[in-house]
Amino acid sequence: MMLHSRSPSQTIRIGKQLGRFLRRGDVVALVGELGTGKTQLIKGLAQGIGFKKSAYISSPSFTLINEHPGKITLYHMDLYRMEEEEAKELGLEEYFQGDGVTAVEWADKIPSLLPGQLLWIHLYYTGKQTRSIELVPLGERYEALLKQFSSEFGVKH
Amino acid sequence: MNKKRILLAIETSCDDTGAAVLSDGRKILSSVVSSQVSVHQKYGGVVPELASRKHIEMIVPIVTEALQQAGLSLEKIDGIAVTQGPGLVGSLLVGLSFAKSLAFVKGIPLIGVNHLEAHLSAIFLEENPPSFPFLGLVVSGGHTSLFRVDGFGQYTLLGQTRDDAAGEAFDKVAKLLGLGYPGGPIIDELSRTGNPRAIPFPRPSVGKNSFDFSFSGLKTAVVHFVKTFPGPPGSFPEELLRNIVSSFQAAVVDVLVQKTFQAAGHQGLKRVVISGGVAANRLLRQRMKEEASKQKMRIYIPSPVLCTDNAAMVGVVGYEYLKRGIRFPLSLNAFSNLRF
Repeated sequence: MMLHSRSPSQTIRIGKQLGRFLRRGDVVALVGELGTGKTQLIKGLAQGIGFKKSAYISSPSFTLINEHPGKITLYHMDLYRMEEEEAKELGLEEYFQGDGVTAVEWADKIPSLLPGQLLWIHLYYTGKQTRSIELVPLGERYEALLKQFSSEFGVKH
Repeated sequence: MNKKRILLAIETSCDDTGAAVLSDGRKILSSVVSSQVSVHQKYGGVVPELASRKHIEMIVPIVTEALQQAGLSLEKIDGIAVTQGPGLVGSLLVGLSFAKSLAFVKGIPLIGVNHLEAHLSAIFLEENPPSFPFLGLVVSGGHTSLFRVDGFGQYTLLGQTRDDAAGEAFDKVAKLLGLGYPGGPIIDELSRTGNPRAIPFPRPSVGKNSFDFSFSGLKTAVVHFVKTFPGPPGSFPEELLRNIVSSFQAAVVDVLVQKTFQAAGHQGLKRVVISGGVAANRLLRQRMKEEASKQKMRIYIPSPVLCTDNAAMVGVVGYEYLKRGIRFPLSLNAFSNLRF
């Protein structure tokens, strides 16, 4: 499914709509060049999950993992500085099997560590402000999630 | 009550292992920081697992070195202060576990310290520190936060970054341009011979009435600018690289200076303290001083070695708490996120 965003705030809104359908144990893997809006989209996911202070969902590039405890805990990871070998020793799998929602920026850096089922989100530059956002579901759970998402918001596949 | 209180302080919140010995929370008897830059350079940033493994290797030698430099044995220590968070939990736990064990074995008080409070208090290690209240800016790789400080333990968060921290923007731009790690000092140095007005990068603001910061748009503007040139940044002429980093740095500094003094004015504060790794940046220090004198305010900036992560600043806070009889249980835990 391909979506289009005309601004950072629209990217947040898209994330918010998607976030409403996320539940415990879900894993969202984000890929996109520096500045395509990965952190913005996760800010939106957090809003959709129900976080009130989502404006302060900031980049964890430096801290690697930010935990946002709420009704559902959001684990916000950023592998910008990581290589797969290092990530292996961190035990990231435990988060993927955990009781929260896990959103991973730069997830393409750790292909062998990701769970078999997840939602891929690819972000592409299409202009200075505009981005394409491609949602690729892996597995039944995420196909169902996208079906729900598209029927509710009238997004066409 | 004439006996001076001796504190051992430990800091392991990110990439540096630090230990310091302080007398009455103001005089540094020793302060040792294991700069791990050589380990991290290879990876273009802080690699957390390596950081915690490095901390495990370094903690005993660093603490031993701090005690030796202070000329004191463990028996002379009256208390232990240790960074509790925010930071990388794996790294924090190394310092925390070590401090707890030591406190338990020696039967001395343990004090958990917030890393940001420690940064805000580094200035008390300098001569002529400010009196309260003051406006504090903590600006580093992980944080860009403005506080109203009314006393030790009395902080009001006025604003913080909504996306990237200022130091993170420095690191990402440096990596984008293939300049290496750590980005801050490299860009600081290269910028000296660049033209800060060569490229009109945006000065992102999240609104006149907010003291929050946003640096991701500026980072994206650098990405777009770089894309207008053919070939990888590694092939750019030296002058172009210097102008890019110099113009980028000027934009970050403009935003930091403007918001900081706007917040001070709003709060009716006449004293401004800045600290954190980015406070070691030469342009930022210079511009903050200029703006303070223009606005008839007083600016306080610790020497660069006290701006970057160190254990001595942890000891300042630990001493203040110890003095007030505040003690922490040995069940003290690490936390990853900002708590104010």
